[in-house]
This record gives sequence, C-alpha cells and structure tokens, in this order.
Amino acid sequence: MDKNSSRYTILYASVMVIVVAVLLSVAAISLAPFQAKNVRLEKMQQILLSIGVYSEPSKAAALYRKYIKEEIVLDKNGTVVKDGAIAAFDIDLKKEQDKAKAGAGDKQLFPLFILEKDGKTNYIIPVRGKGLWGPIWGYIALAADMNTLSGASFGHKSETPGLGAEIETPAFQDQFVGKKIMDEAGKFVSVKVVKGGVPPDSEHAVDAVSGGTITSNGVTEMLQRTLANYIPYFKSAGNKENMAQASIDN
Amino acid sequence: MSTATSKAPARRESSMANLFSTKNRKLVKDPLNDNNPITVQVLGICSALAVTVQMKPSIVMALSVLVVCAFSNLTISLLRNSIPNRIRIIVQLTVVATLVILVDQVLKAFVYDISKQLSVFVGLIITNCIIMGRLEAFAMANKPWPALLDGIGNGIGYGAILIIVSAVRELLGSGKLMGVQVVPDIMYQWGYSNNGLAILPPTALIVVGVIIWIQRSNNTKLIESDKN
Repeated sequence: MDKNSSRYTILYASVMVIVVAVLLSVAAISLAPFQAKNVRLEKMQQILLSIGVYSEPSKAAALYRKYIKEEIVLDKNGTVVKDGAIAAFDIDLKKEQDKAKAGAGDKQLFPLFILEKDGKTNYIIPVRGKGLWGPIWGYIALAADMNTLSGASFGHKSETPGLGAEIETPAFQDQFVGKKIMDEAGKFVSVKVVKGGVPPDSEHAVDAVSGGTITSNGVTEMLQRTLANYIPYFKSAGNKENMAQASIDN
Repeated sequence: MSTATSKAPARRESSMANLFSTKNRKLVKDPLNDNNPITVQVLGICSALAVTVQMKPSIVMALSVLVVCAFSNLTISLLRNSIPNRIRIIVQLTVVATLVILVDQVLKAFVYDISKQLSVFVGLIITNCIIMGRLEAFAMANKPWPALLDGIGNGIGYGAILIIVSAVRELLGSGKLMGVQVVPDIMYQWGYSNNGLAILPPTALIVVGVIIWIQRSNNTKLIESDKN
C-alpha cells in the first residue's frame, strides 16, 4: 500500500489510536486499586493534620484509627443518617455537591468525622470548592463547643505555586486556629479570608494569600457554603448537650 | 554438525561486540558531555528550573524522562518505516504521550507523595524538547538498538544535570541532601542560615550557568572560535 496515500494514513492513525486506548485502559484499571489506597491514606493524613497531627503515609492508617471516635453522615436537616450502606469516609463530596447543583439538594449527604485528641472532642468537616485552576478542598476542625476552630488543613489540585498554592502551607492554615464560625448572638457567619490585613482581635477573618485572590475567595466561599450545612446538626447536638448539662445541674 | 555448533556462539559473540561497539557507546556517552541536552543544546530548561528544589523529586523526574526518552526512541525506531510522513509528528506525540501517561499512573500508584510534588511536570514531559528532538533527529532514521541507546544517553545526560542542580539547591536552600539534614545544627547556632534564593527558580538558572561554564572551560570541543 502506498505509504503516502490518505487511506493508509487514516488506517494507520485509527489502528494507533485503538492500540494506545487499549494499552492505557489496561494500565489505568490495573493500577487503580493502588492509587485509590494512596488517595485514602492522603485523606486520613489531611484529616489528622486538621487537628494538628502530622503523619507519614505509612503510619496514617494506624494513627487515624487511634484518633477517630466516630464517622457519621448527616442529611440536609442535620439528622444523622443511619444507613449501614453509607460510609462517611467514602462519601465523594464532588458527587454530593453535584446533587445540589442538579436540584436534588435535599438528598445531599454530609460526612462528619469526630476525632478525639488529648481527651478533647474535635468535629472535622470536609469542605470542597473552587480555586483558580481547579478544585480546592480542606478539613475544618471544630472544638467541642462546635464553634471555635481547633485547626484547618487545605489541599488543592493545581493552584499556582507560591501564590494560590500557599493555602497548603502551615503559615496559612495556622491562622484559622481559634477563629469562630458563629457570632455572639449564635448566628452563623463563617470565617472569611480577607485582603489587606485583619485586625488581631477579629474572630471571623484570616489574612488572604497575597497574589492569590481568587484562591482566597474560593476558600471563603467554600467555608461559607459548606459549614452552613452543618449548623442544624450543631444546633440540635448543642441543645442536647445543654439539656444534659441542665439535668446534671438540677 | 560440530562446525555449525561451534560457529553459532562465535557469531553471537561478534554480534554482542557489535551491540557495544565504539559507535554505539558514543551514542550513550555523547549526551553526557559533548552533546548534553541541557548544557550544550539548552533544551528541557523549563523542567530543570521547576523540579530541582529537592533531590528526591529530581531523581524521580530524571528516571521518568529516561524511561520515556528510551522507550519512545525505541518505539518510533521500530515503527519508522511504517509511519506515514504526513502524520509523523502526531504519531511521535502519541507515543510520547502514551508513555508519559503510563509513567504518571505508575508514579501515582507507587510514589504518591513525590508524584504530587512533581504535579504537572510529569505531564509536561510530553512537551520536553529533548524527547521530540531525539525522535525527529535520531529515531526516525536509525535502527532500534542505537535508538534505544541514544534515548538512554540523552535521558542520563538530562538526569545528571537535574540531579547536580538539585543537590546544590537542596544543600544551599534547605541544608539537606535527599531530605536528610547535612548542615550541622551548630552551624545554624553560629549564625548560618539557609539561602532562600536557592529554593526559587533563578538559582537553577545560575547553577546551570555555572555548570556550562565549568564544562566549556574543560572541554575544548565546545569552545567556539573567536572569528565570528
């Protein structure tokens, strides 16, 4: 066959594409379990990091088992979903958020991780939003009062190194410790990432990353939108605790 | 019968000798010095700047490029007589892209944290001029074995520079080598501090510049005449 004919060229390209597609599919499928395991370990590492526990990938699973007290799933009204088939750890936030976008927001599920460190309870809320180039995510740790942040860890897919990617650094994450998500009247206000200096006594704001405005705004939006979903649960859980406290007092 | 059996090993020996003939050895050795892809051809600079902050990611990157360069050269060389001329660049790119995706998947499965550090740069091996350059200049016109050697040579030539640059940058920038602290604590107590500039890309350019300087002053083949 003439090597320069169009027929040969098209045939050649088609065969090449099929061979490559088969090769890559086989590789992707056979390596998927290993990759999934790494992703799980990384998730454990990030959850642990939000309560200030640094872990190596090899030790993450053991440490996670040590600190984790409970993994629960909430629905839109803040009630705990008791369905053995749904594991909080395996909930894909992206899929849940797509439900909201598709208008099925009331079916959305919200995972909540309860970890205990040094005898103190921490509520870890996974958050997910949009940065400049791709998704950003994080884990927000609330102290036992369900209001004060005891820590936060963030991750990103492809933010600009040195700018937006700085949300991954301790310098940015440590700012969140001690911030509050409710105002004094008990109304949800979230924590905002603001430009141009935060007054030192501010309870609801942290300094933005310079040069990373869109990523910073993404963090603000992500916290505002996601944390709000957990408020009903915290309100009812808080009430229960108050009542328990009151009955003890009596 | 006996003559046939005695001849066969002799032929194999000579073919083994051919495999590592001076000409073939030159294919591996040349890119290390006289024709180094980074310091002489000044290709692949982008990734040399980006991934050389620490040694570990640099070594992984060097190995990745070595694998991609060697096997793309080999594949293209095997296919060279069948590739339609009009779509040869597309075929080359497809082969390189396939290999890069395979490497990326393997890294994600087995060295996840390093693959995260390398992030987009593994994907960007596709656009590394060294690889496309070798395919177009060498693999399209040579037999598989020399092409494989040429790919390995260029991969090592690229990787060696990457590792040297990253060693300098990690030592000056973080006081470590391979993640292990080598600058003793007592130095820091005496007032020594890590050089913040070494972590930033410009230092890679400076180090590459110094390597080129040292190489040129030692290698007479690279010294250009003053006449032009």
